[in-house]
Amino acid sequence: MAPRAVQIIAGAALAAFVIAPLSAVWAKAGPAVRFGPAEWAALRFTLLQAALSAALSVLLAIPLARALARSRFWGRDVTIMLLGAPFILPVIVAVLGLIAIFGQNGLLNDGLRALGFEPLSIYGLQGVLLAHVFFNLPLATRMILLGWMSLPSERIRLGQSLGLGAMARFYLIEWPMIRRILPSAFAVIFVICLSSFAVALTLGGGPKATTIELAIYQAFRFEFDFATAALLGLVQLFLSVSAAGVALWLAGHDRLGIGLDRPAPAARRPLSERCIDAGVILGAMLFLILPLALLFIKGAAGVPDLGAPVWFAALRSLALALGATLLCLCFALPLATRWGELIATLGIAVSPLVLGTGLFLIVRPYVNPFDVALGVTLCVNALMSLPFALRILRPEVQAVEQNFSHLSAALGLGAWGWFRWVMLPRLRRPLGFAAGLTAALSMGDLGVIALFGDAEWATLPLKIYQLMGSYRMDQAAAAAVLLLALSLGLFWLFDRVGRYGAQDQ
Amino acid sequence: MVLKINNVHIAQGGFRLTASLPPLEAGIYAVMGPSGAGKSSLLAALAGFLALQDGQILWKGRDIAALPPAQRPMAMLFQDNNLFPHLSAARNIALALTRRAKLTADQTDQVNAALGRVGLAGFGTKKPPQLSGGEQSRVALARVMLQDKPILLVDEPFSALGPALKAEMLDLLGELARERGSLVMMVTHDPADALRIAEKTIVVAEGTAHPPEQTKGLLQNPPPALAAYLGTD
Repeated sequence: MAPRAVQIIAGAALAAFVIAPLSAVWAKAGPAVRFGPAEWAALRFTLLQAALSAALSVLLAIPLARALARSRFWGRDVTIMLLGAPFILPVIVAVLGLIAIFGQNGLLNDGLRALGFEPLSIYGLQGVLLAHVFFNLPLATRMILLGWMSLPSERIRLGQSLGLGAMARFYLIEWPMIRRILPSAFAVIFVICLSSFAVALTLGGGPKATTIELAIYQAFRFEFDFATAALLGLVQLFLSVSAAGVALWLAGHDRLGIGLDRPAPAARRPLSERCIDAGVILGAMLFLILPLALLFIKGAAGVPDLGAPVWFAALRSLALALGATLLCLCFALPLATRWGELIATLGIAVSPLVLGTGLFLIVRPYVNPFDVALGVTLCVNALMSLPFALRILRPEVQAVEQNFSHLSAALGLGAWGWFRWVMLPRLRRPLGFAAGLTAALSMGDLGVIALFGDAEWATLPLKIYQLMGSYRMDQAAAAAVLLLALSLGLFWLFDRVGRYGAQDQ
Repeated sequence: MVLKINNVHIAQGGFRLTASLPPLEAGIYAVMGPSGAGKSSLLAALAGFLALQDGQILWKGRDIAALPPAQRPMAMLFQDNNLFPHLSAARNIALALTRRAKLTADQTDQVNAALGRVGLAGFGTKKPPQLSGGEQSRVALARVMLQDKPILLVDEPFSALGPALKAEMLDLLGELARERGSLVMMVTHDPADALRIAEKTIVVAEGTAHPPEQTKGLLQNPPPALAAYLGTD
């Protein structure tokens, strides 16, 4: 119930912040630019890696979700909760973790060499897929797990009383549910991977493994070819908007509701089945935890020896994350309506690199774009977190309005009194959660800053990337441990502050 | 000091209600009738939560139908959500006086006096979830007391309480209303509530609010619509 004028101003500012850069990109991508073989290759690779990443994530998620759905073990809730953690994990940290296992001098290649095999390379398509599966397997698992939880227990009991075998049970009960969820899970991950930048930047590259986002960056940074960057930006926009449209349409078709955790099936499960489930869960957990654990072992000791540039980068990142969080929440509160959520979702369909390109083109005639790198990154980071913040806040805002708008009107609290005495205290917990997510996402972001940032204004993720580029992997690992600690620490802190004193709600 | 409800028309969804009542003086009026007949809608319209299709609400000769809720001469006790659960009892009451975080000495005295009047002296720092249902109702009563409005609209706020507690709260409500000379309109579905504190009763049935009649006589000899609702046929 923010005053209408505030809502309209916030909505208009948001729309302008998306539309103005897009117009700049549109104007720059004149007819003189040619879509050459390199651009075609980038388009092909973008579609190929997104499709393969989505397919692999979803296929691997089916046995994992199935095992989690039907097993009961100590730590199961924590395991499912941990599947949400990659969302706030900085990409560059995960990439360094994966390199620690699968890289040139990683655990895997050490083993292969000891056995007399040729070492494998993590760079190229396989590396991009590996990182995308690392991030999206947990997401796919959570989506499919919801589907499993939504299976009516009567149907499972019916299957048991009919004495269905494992195969029959799968085809009659589980497969119809999976078939319903699979398309939208695939589509969501496809959309996410379409605009993959940081993964492609660190593990891809070269003519064979360049995504459109990466091509925008290269045209921009290395060739100063703004027209080609703008044209690629339009292609990226078209791709992500149409794919996001399909994903939204598919999501509208399988309203699963909120899964209730059904009680474990009463019948004793055969030992073989339990062994398979345990193996699947253990394997997945190893895949997700081992890279980070190894990175931690390699990097933790080096943190105190990190040089001043890294610490300054960390401070810049902290300031950036806090600023982006504040900005995001300032927009999220008045926009916590159906309309606001729609505008914000459209905003996120435009990739950060495209937005960055447009903003660069807009500010270039007036200031040196590199001087405003942090400001632009802050705004784009706030925008990218806005849909998630709204997802968290909107139901709560609506509940508060429904419950207390009459009492507030009867008391004549006014806009400020309503905000100060009702909205803010009632929203403490979701605000803390949303702020934690935004801060962690912004802290770990390696996107627009790569376009604008140079050594002088590097954020911590960019600093880590520069260390990787100069083959100082030990320092990179140590800085990554620092980044991980800061990201998770920010999330924990905000979430904690939100929960503190909110127990009576 | 009279409230006049002139030719008021309310429409919400499929339902309509017409109310044209003779001038209402200070006193307690029960509002009774079948559920869905529009008792709560009538109160919501008077309080300013529901716009009128037509008609006037006159207070001291002035039409108040266009005023926002807080500027009307009315305080309201809702069915639920009468208190903010995250604020202390004292702060809930103080919101009737000020939005400022810091209370003046005078305001603090008023809040404490109101708490004392409803029998909750010393309960100011407790939050609603720490209070019993009856205590929460008392805090809500203290809040409307400090709002200091001549008209009090009550929409079954004690219906979640047990019979003994409800009777106690009704008596307190009646006492407060009499000592302040308020005009109370109280929606209830229980004839015993009406008999307990309301001298007169307004029957709302079949799309019309009927003029108030003596509660005792009305319940002894109910018109057909009320009789059907009461099940006394």
